[in-house]
Amino acid sequence: MIKVENLYKQFGENEVLKNISTHIDSGEVVSIIGPSGSGKSTFLRCLNMLETPSQGKVWVNNQEITDKKTNIMKVREQIGMVFQHFYLFPHLTVLENLTYAPMKVKGESRESAEKKARELLAKVGLSEKETAYPNNLSGGQKQRVAIARALAMEPKLMLFDEPTSALDPEMVKEVLNVMKDLAQSGMTMAIVTHEMGFAREVSDRIMFLDEGKLLEEGSPNEFFNNPRTTRAKDFLEKVL
Amino acid sequence: MNLDFSQIVPYIPFILKGIWVTLKFVIIAIIFGFLLGTILSLFKISSNKALNWIGKVYTSIFRGTPLILQLMLIYFAIPQLTGYDIQPFLASILAFGLNSAAYVSEIIRAGIQAVDKGQTEAAQALGVPYRLMMKDIILPQAFKNILPALMNEFVTLTKESALVSTIGYLDLMRRAQVVGADTYRNFEPLIFVGLIYWLMIMVLTTMGRIVERRMKFSD
Repeated sequence: MIKVENLYKQFGENEVLKNISTHIDSGEVVSIIGPSGSGKSTFLRCLNMLETPSQGKVWVNNQEITDKKTNIMKVREQIGMVFQHFYLFPHLTVLENLTYAPMKVKGESRESAEKKARELLAKVGLSEKETAYPNNLSGGQKQRVAIARALAMEPKLMLFDEPTSALDPEMVKEVLNVMKDLAQSGMTMAIVTHEMGFAREVSDRIMFLDEGKLLEEGSPNEFFNNPRTTRAKDFLEKVL
Repeated sequence: MNLDFSQIVPYIPFILKGIWVTLKFVIIAIIFGFLLGTILSLFKISSNKALNWIGKVYTSIFRGTPLILQLMLIYFAIPQLTGYDIQPFLASILAFGLNSAAYVSEIIRAGIQAVDKGQTEAAQALGVPYRLMMKDIILPQAFKNILPALMNEFVTLTKESALVSTIGYLDLMRRAQVVGADTYRNFEPLIFVGLIYWLMIMVLTTMGRIVERRMKFSD
């Protein structure tokens, strides 16, 4: 589904990603963890070209998105993204947030877009909120709407950029539950997270980034029980 | 005190006709300035250097010189250059519209840049093309924030419109002067049109408040 080859990213002098090569298979759930400033979010954002890599190549569905000739907008339709700070459209109702892109980008009819949106809202447990505006929702509700909004485009892949980091503690679970359901439905997911318990439970694979390098990759069991690098050991000791 | 408003009573219909004469060009100038200002603001935030430059130079010229000078240039200098005998009405629209666009473009630019960058990213991540994103996502949010500043600009334009009396356009202000010259009384007609200007601004302000309240969708 995704292949990354020798990916580098620099912001001015600052080298944020250093020579990352990896892949994510179809149906796989991958959690990307590591200390703050390790480049996790930047890595994730390179997968849909919200950041342009300085060097290296990224393929999504066998299409090289780092190629300038690729129409990145078309590729992004297949990649859902969920942000730490939700970024719902505040001037649209919850339902309109979900139907906007399917109607305007994919040209779906209002009828079918709304039908699908209502199904998704039911799935994330927010059916009664369809006429509400985002600013009247709690953080957890906003994030569930944001997930539903991304799913409304029927993506083949979902990217999550610290989806629970901006939430009050008691709202983390409702969002993680939605993500768990999604993982079980077979969705391909890449998740940047600090929720170690969640990462351990739902991931097929863990990527550990430190100072822009992909230091370790492996199954949750391997990684959490027997980290190979001292960096990962130190990190796990601090967070677990 | 030598005040006698009854002296101007015969002239009231003449003065009142000036309301529409003023409004006619003010409304067109506001719309023209607003549309041009929106386009210029998009130039200013564009990644295209040439467009950036056009936006900047435009603003520096029209904000950096007196409005009355621009008005006179358009009204008196265009005929000299081109031989085209420009009418006061058209000259007024051009001068006020072009001038207002410079200010409006700055207001809108600031409004667009104040919209959370995450909104752009969310739209991009959904595959929404730039044009649609601007039209449906960014600009509606920007306009909500800049409405008070925009209203301010419209109020200023409406009041400054009195400058067109200097090129002989028979607007409210000019009519007050004509009546003053006719009756040898200046205080009464000036106070009278002053009141009319004030009322027009009050109506405009109220309209602005109504729009503002309507747009308070999300708070």
